[in-house]
Amino acid sequence: MSRHYIMRRLLIAIPSILGISVILFGVLALAPGDPFADLAANPAIPPEVAASLRAKFGLDDPVWLRYVHWLVAMLHGDWGFSFASRIDVDRLILQRLPITLVVIGAAQLLAIVVALPVGVLAGVKPYSIFDQIANTMAFIGFSLPTFFTGLLLILLFSVKLDWLPMVYRTDLASSGWQWWWDQLKQSIMPVAVLGLFQGASLVRYVRSAVLDVVRLDYVTTARSKGIGESAVITRHVVRTALIPVVTLVALQMPVVFGGALVTEQIFRVPGIGSLLISAMLANDTPVVMGVTFVFACLVVFFNLIADILYGWLDPRISYR
Amino acid sequence: MAGSTPASLTAEAPGAAAAATGARSASKAPSTPGREAWRRFRRHRLAMASSVVLAIIVLAVVLGPLLWRVPINEIDFASKLEGPSWTHPFGTDDLGQDILARLLYGGRISLAVGFCAMLVAAVVGVMVGAIAGMSRGSVDAGLMWLADLFLALPQLPLLLLIIYLFRDSLTKILGPEGGIFIMVVAVIGGLRWMQVARLVRAQILSIREKEFIEAARALGASRLRQVVRHILPNALGPVIVAGTIDVAAAIIAESTLSFLGLGFPPDIPTWGRVLFDAKDTIDVAPHWVLFSGGAIFLAVLTINFIGDGLRDALDPRRVL
Amino acid sequence: MADTLLDIRDLKTWFKTDDGMVRAVDGIDLRIDRGETVGVVGESGCGKTVTARSVLKLIDMPPGRFESGQILWQGRDLIPLAADEMDKIRAREIAIIFQEPMTSLNPVYTVGHQIAEVVRQHEKLGHKQAREAAIEMLRLVNIPNPAKRVDDYPHQFSGGMRQRVMIAMAMSCKPKLLIADEPTTALDVTIQAQILELMQEMKERVGMSIMLITHAMGVVAETCQRVVVMYAGKVVEEAPVEALFGNPRHPYTQGLIRSIPRVDRSAEQKHRLEAIPGTVPSLLQPPPGCRFAARCKYVMDVCTKAMPPLKEAAPGHFVRCVL
Repeated sequence: MSRHYIMRRLLIAIPSILGISVILFGVLALAPGDPFADLAANPAIPPEVAASLRAKFGLDDPVWLRYVHWLVAMLHGDWGFSFASRIDVDRLILQRLPITLVVIGAAQLLAIVVALPVGVLAGVKPYSIFDQIANTMAFIGFSLPTFFTGLLLILLFSVKLDWLPMVYRTDLASSGWQWWWDQLKQSIMPVAVLGLFQGASLVRYVRSAVLDVVRLDYVTTARSKGIGESAVITRHVVRTALIPVVTLVALQMPVVFGGALVTEQIFRVPGIGSLLISAMLANDTPVVMGVTFVFACLVVFFNLIADILYGWLDPRISYR
Repeated sequence: MAGSTPASLTAEAPGAAAAATGARSASKAPSTPGREAWRRFRRHRLAMASSVVLAIIVLAVVLGPLLWRVPINEIDFASKLEGPSWTHPFGTDDLGQDILARLLYGGRISLAVGFCAMLVAAVVGVMVGAIAGMSRGSVDAGLMWLADLFLALPQLPLLLLIIYLFRDSLTKILGPEGGIFIMVVAVIGGLRWMQVARLVRAQILSIREKEFIEAARALGASRLRQVVRHILPNALGPVIVAGTIDVAAAIIAESTLSFLGLGFPPDIPTWGRVLFDAKDTIDVAPHWVLFSGGAIFLAVLTINFIGDGLRDALDPRRVL
Repeated sequence: MADTLLDIRDLKTWFKTDDGMVRAVDGIDLRIDRGETVGVVGESGCGKTVTARSVLKLIDMPPGRFESGQILWQGRDLIPLAADEMDKIRAREIAIIFQEPMTSLNPVYTVGHQIAEVVRQHEKLGHKQAREAAIEMLRLVNIPNPAKRVDDYPHQFSGGMRQRVMIAMAMSCKPKLLIADEPTTALDVTIQAQILELMQEMKERVGMSIMLITHAMGVVAETCQRVVVMYAGKVVEEAPVEALFGNPRHPYTQGLIRSIPRVDRSAEQKHRLEAIPGTVPSLLQPPPGCRFAARCKYVMDVCTKAMPPLKEAAPGHFVRCVL
C-alpha cells in the first residue's frame, strides 16, 4: 500500500483535530458565566494556582487569542490542574486511560469474535431459522441500553447468584493467579455489556455486507472454478465483505467510548469515562475539557486507522 | 459481422427476474408505489407486531395520566419499595410514589424528546443535504467537510459537555423543563443530522442525473421545484428509515443523560431518571429497575423493528 | 454418431418467486458434440443464461430448482451429483465465462492469484508452479508483459483484457467444454472480434467444444457450426448454421434474421428494419399452446391449443412449429 496514501490520510487528520478543538473551545467560550468562578471561591485552591490558571486561559483576552493559548497548552500536554483531585490533569487522565482502553479493547474483541461467524452464517443462509433467530437477538441486543443491560447483569450475577462482584476494585488484595482470576471476575460484566451492544449491531452489519457480496458476479465465478462452497465463502465472500465491516469497527470506536462512559459509571470502573462524569458533577472544568479533548483525539485517531485499514484491504483505493 | 444488434426490442434483464417482472405487470393491475410499500411492510411480522405495541405505548403515555389518576409525586413512606400490587401495578419507589404513574407521565417527555430530536436532525439534514446535492462545487464540498467534522465529534461526551456548561443559564431563561428540553433536543438532533444529510445528498446526486429530472428542467421547472416536487419524494425512503433509527437513538441518548444524572431536573420522572433513582436499591426493589428499564427497552425495540420493516418496504433489496 | 459430450434432456429449471413459479427453462433438449461450437440464441429472458448456469449447477437453489430432466455429461447425469463431485467437473471438464468482465473478477486478488486458484485446485500445483502456469495462460491469451501483469489487480485492466483474463482462467485446466455466456456483449465491437478470435484459437489448440450464448445473430453466423434458437424457455428451432440462415423455418427465427440491419444491400433492396411486434409471454403462466403464437404472423387456431412438438423438418434441422 502506498506511503502517499498514509501521508495523505495523516494530513487530513490534522485539520480534523483543529476543527474539533475549535468547536470544543467555542463551546467553552460560549458558556455563560465564568467556569472558573468556582476556582476563586473554592478555598481548597491555592490563590497562586487560581491566578495562574486564569492567566493561562487568558480569560480577559480576546477569544481567538484565548483559543491559541489554549490550543498551544493542550498540544504541549499542559492541561491544567484538577482541583478536585489535586493533581495535574494530564497525569490524572494518563492514570485512568489504560483501564478504559483495556475494557473497550476486550469488549470489541468479544464483539468481533461472536458477531463475525454469526453474521456470516446468517448472511450466507438468509431467512433461515438461524438467520431469523440471529436477527431478532441482534435487535434485542442493540435495543437494550447499556445501562439497563449492566443493571440486569448485576441483578442476576451479583445480587441473585452472587457469582461476580458488583464493583470494580483497583486495589485487589490477591496476587498471582488469584489476582488474574479476580480481575477476570470483575471485568467480565462491564466487558460483556459493552461487547453485547457492539456485537449486536455488528452482526447486522456483517450479515448485510455478506448479503451484498454473495450475489455479486465474482462469487459465481469463484463457484464455477470448482473450489468448494466453503472456500468460496471464506476466500471470496468474507474477504471482500470484511472491508466495510473492518472500517465500521474502527469508526464505531467513538461510540464504544460513549458506551464505556455509562458502563464505568455502573460498575465503578476507574476509567476516563467515570472521570468525566465525576468531574462534571464536581464542576472540575479543566478535567472536563481535558477528557473531552482526549475523546475527540481518539475519534480522529480511529478514523485514521479506519482509512488506513480500508486502503490496505481494498487494492482499488490505495493505488491512486 | 453485424455487431451486437439485439435480436428483438425487448429490454435487457437476466432470466427469472425479467420473466417475473414481465409477468407481474402483465397479470396484475398496476399498484401504486405506496401500496407496494405497504404490502411489503405487512409481510414483516415483527414490524407489524411492533407497530401495535408502539401504538399502545404512545396511547398509554398520552392518555394514561388522564385515566390512571394516581399522582406521580404522592410521597408515602409507609408503602415504599413495594412490589407490584393491585393499587400499584408497577410497585412503588423509595418514596412510596407509584411507579406506573411516574412512568406514564415521564414517558411523554422521553418519547417527545426522541421524536423532536429526530425532527431536528431530519429537517437540518434534509436542508443541508439538498443544498449540497443541488449545488455541487465548493458549497457542496464545504458542507460535506462540515458534516465530516461533526461526525468526528464524540457524541456522548460532547452532549454531556454542552449540558454541563449551559444547563444553569438555560434553566434561568426557559424554566427547568423547557430549557432542558430545548437543549437536549437541539443537541441530540444537532449531532445526528449528518447521516441524514449524506443520505439526502447521495440520493439527490443519483436522481438528479436521471432523465425525468432533465425533462422537468427542459420544461422550465425551477431548481427549487425540481427538488421539492421530483427529487425529494424519491429520496425520502432512506430518510424515513434513518428517521426511525434517529428516534430510537435519541430516546437512548436522553435516557443515558438522565441515567447519568445530567438530564432533566430530578423531579421529572423521565424513564432514564427513574432508572437512575432505581439503581441503588436494585437488590431490594428489582421491580423498579425492571419496569423503568423495560419501558425504554420496549419503546426502542419496537421502533427499531418498525424501522426494519420500513426499510424492507421502502428500500427493498430482496434476497429471493 | 459423433462423440457427444453434453446431452441435456428435457431440462426444466424453475424459480419460486413471490408471484408464483417462474418456468425459466421449460423442457429443452440440447446436445453438444466434441469439437463443435453450438450457438444458443434468443432474446433476453428466453432462458439461455439459466440453461448455461444449470449445466454447472450455478443456480441459487433456494429459489431455483431442477423440476425435471437430465444433464448428461459424457453419459453421467449431473443433476443428482453431490457437491464435491460437481466441483471436480467445474473448470476441469466444463468451464464458463460470463458477460460482465468488469464485475466477474474479484477486486481484492491479483489476476495471477485468481488464475492460479484454478490450477492449484484441480492440478494440485504448488504456489510457484501455479504462478508459472498463470503467467503462461496470460501469455496464451495475448496479454502483453504477462510476467509483470500477473501481479496486477483486475481494476488495472481494461474490459477487453479482463475478458481475456477470464478466458485464461477458464482454459487453465484445458476443459472439454467452454460455456461462453454472452462473452462479448459488454465489449466494444473491435474488442469483440479479438475475443471471438481468441476463443477460436483456444478451441483449436485444445480441441474443445464451445456453447456460445448470444443474442447477436451475426456472431453466430461467424463462429458456430450448429445453432439452437430458444424462445420463452423452450427450443423452437435447431439446425446447422447454413441451414438456419439459409432456410429458417420457425417464424421467430425468420423474424430474428430479418431484424438484423444490413448495410450491404443497395438502396433499392433496402427495406424497413423489422422488429417482432409484441412481448415475451409470462413465464409464470405460459400459454397452453405455442408460446410464440401471440406474435406470429402465421398463427392459426391449432397453434394456441397445444404445444407443437419438435419435428425434424430436414436432416439435422428441427422445428417446433405446425407449419
